[in-house]
Amino acid sequence: MSRVVQTLESLPWAAPFVRLSRGEDPKAQFNAILRAVGVPLLAFAIFIGIWGAAASRIETSLGTLPGPSQVMEQAGNLWQEHQAERAKADAFYERQTTRNEERLANNPDAVVKWRDYNGRPTFVDQILTSLTTVFTGFFLAVLIAVPIGIVCGLSPTMYAAVNPLIQIFKPVSPLAWLPLVTMVVSAVYVSNDPMFAKSFVTSAITVTLCCMWPTLVNTIVGVSSLEKDLINVSEVLRLSWMTKVRKVVLPFAIPMIFTGMRLSLGVGWMVLIAAEMLAQNPGLGKFVWDEFQNGSSNSLGRIMVAVFTIGIIGFILDRLMLSIQRAVSWDKSADIR
Amino acid sequence: MSIHLDIDHVSIEFDTPKGKFKALDSVNLKIAKGEFVSLIGHSGCGKSTVLNIVAGLLKATQGGIVLDGKEVDEPGPERAVVFQNHSLLPWLTSYQNVELAVKQVFKGKKSKAEMKEWIEHNLKLVHMEHAMHKKPSEISGGMKQRVGIARALAMQPTVLLMDEPFGALDALTRSHLQDSLMEIQNTLHNTVIMITHDVDEAVLLSDRIVMMTNGPSATVGEILHVDLPRPRERLALADDPHYNHLRAEVLRFLHERHAKKDTPTRSGSEVKKASVSETKVSAENHPTEQKDQTASRVAA
Repeated sequence: MSRVVQTLESLPWAAPFVRLSRGEDPKAQFNAILRAVGVPLLAFAIFIGIWGAAASRIETSLGTLPGPSQVMEQAGNLWQEHQAERAKADAFYERQTTRNEERLANNPDAVVKWRDYNGRPTFVDQILTSLTTVFTGFFLAVLIAVPIGIVCGLSPTMYAAVNPLIQIFKPVSPLAWLPLVTMVVSAVYVSNDPMFAKSFVTSAITVTLCCMWPTLVNTIVGVSSLEKDLINVSEVLRLSWMTKVRKVVLPFAIPMIFTGMRLSLGVGWMVLIAAEMLAQNPGLGKFVWDEFQNGSSNSLGRIMVAVFTIGIIGFILDRLMLSIQRAVSWDKSADIR
Repeated sequence: MSIHLDIDHVSIEFDTPKGKFKALDSVNLKIAKGEFVSLIGHSGCGKSTVLNIVAGLLKATQGGIVLDGKEVDEPGPERAVVFQNHSLLPWLTSYQNVELAVKQVFKGKKSKAEMKEWIEHNLKLVHMEHAMHKKPSEISGGMKQRVGIARALAMQPTVLLMDEPFGALDALTRSHLQDSLMEIQNTLHNTVIMITHDVDEAVLLSDRIVMMTNGPSATVGEILHVDLPRPRERLALADDPHYNHLRAEVLRFLHERHAKKDTPTRSGSEVKKASVSETKVSAENHPTEQKDQTASRVAA
């Protein structure tokens, strides 16, 4: 219990509530609550107000630009569609099971078929697809960037060799990579029974290509800023290259590597939507594109739901990485935000 | 006396944008086993460079280091270094920092239990057993330096190199650590080279004080034998005339004969500042003669 209280107190927005419950200087706590919770809420309310007022004045070919209430309505619709689709899937599996059981009861040698439900992916399914894709691309990027970063950080020669490539490829948009990646994946990833859909592989690789750079650059910076004294220590101890990397270089650079990874995941999530639109990977990007092509009176509202979803998930991913970053940083006095 | 460590006519040049810079010129010093030698001199005179060459972290342009009859030009744990700002790995506890060194040096020679005992023994030696499992950020500067010393001692070095080990500490902590070091030295009798710019520290701890001339092309200026009996007691020595005489000798060297050109000397313009070339003599062989020579040159 005391640990929970401690954790809560370390959160800036929760701390005043904890202190208030202990009866510490109520007036100061109310002021703190006002600042930590009241101000952001007020700002959000103003934003909603401006959006509502402005949206009702904008007429598009798909009707009036949806305001907050319409978007909420569409969010509800999307959730209901998801529930309905799940119910249909459950019903399908139930029917299949009873049918197959009956057949097996009549004739134990009968060959029964088990099929997957092939319904339309719902909004929730699409979110999950997007998350799987972005994490696949992100982990590939980390797997490539960290070792290269360590080598380049330790060797000025390697850095000189790799740096121009980093500078050239870093600013390239996912939209430029995608056609190339699509063609290469189609040519190389040929299999009769593919484990992953091509659209998934294409999107993931595009995410990798765009999001590996922050991790790479930060790893290089982190490793190359290794203090001379610590290098001397490892030399006096005659640590082998691998031991030096494992015991000295990596722990030293971990905070910087995680800063890079946090940026990478942010870039990857942003890039993913564009990649999915073009690669037709059944995630949030495809959802936005399909709604745009669909062009019903609900489309704009549904796209806005997607916009908020993308934003909120991006925010959650960032907080997630931030807490990991804090946990692995050995310099607890550093202010990581 | 048999020669244990021979710093044999070591010179070093660095490449700078303005051409070659000769930091050390023919530094010559022979050290016996178990001897405690201090290097003293103004900042920038190349004391640390000498130490780094002995440690193998820098390579001499000319001359070399001979340890027990073998030339050494690479770093190694037999010449353990205590760095000025402790250089502990900040993500490891005191114990783990020493463990890293012990595991590296005694790999295959000591069992796990023996290693644990040896690590704890060395931390006890520097009075750090109470904070063994704390990280460097959780302990004070003096305690960090203690752990740094424990780490170096745990490597069981033939020569212990200390680069201004107490330079970054406050006076009180410094004297505590000096006492600890003397106590350890009384039992272990390590061969030590210590760099310092603290005259009291040099006289209190050393068997010999090597005073270096100012750079560029710094070299050994004078060597002072400190023949005070051991164990030495800080308070008793404070009133000891011989101690004060030795102290004055070092001060005289630093502030009169080799005052930094940009700092005014105590005796003002009357003292002619000895140039480096004048003092570039092997002080090792004829210390007294050398002293006279320098003195006469200063007078001239």
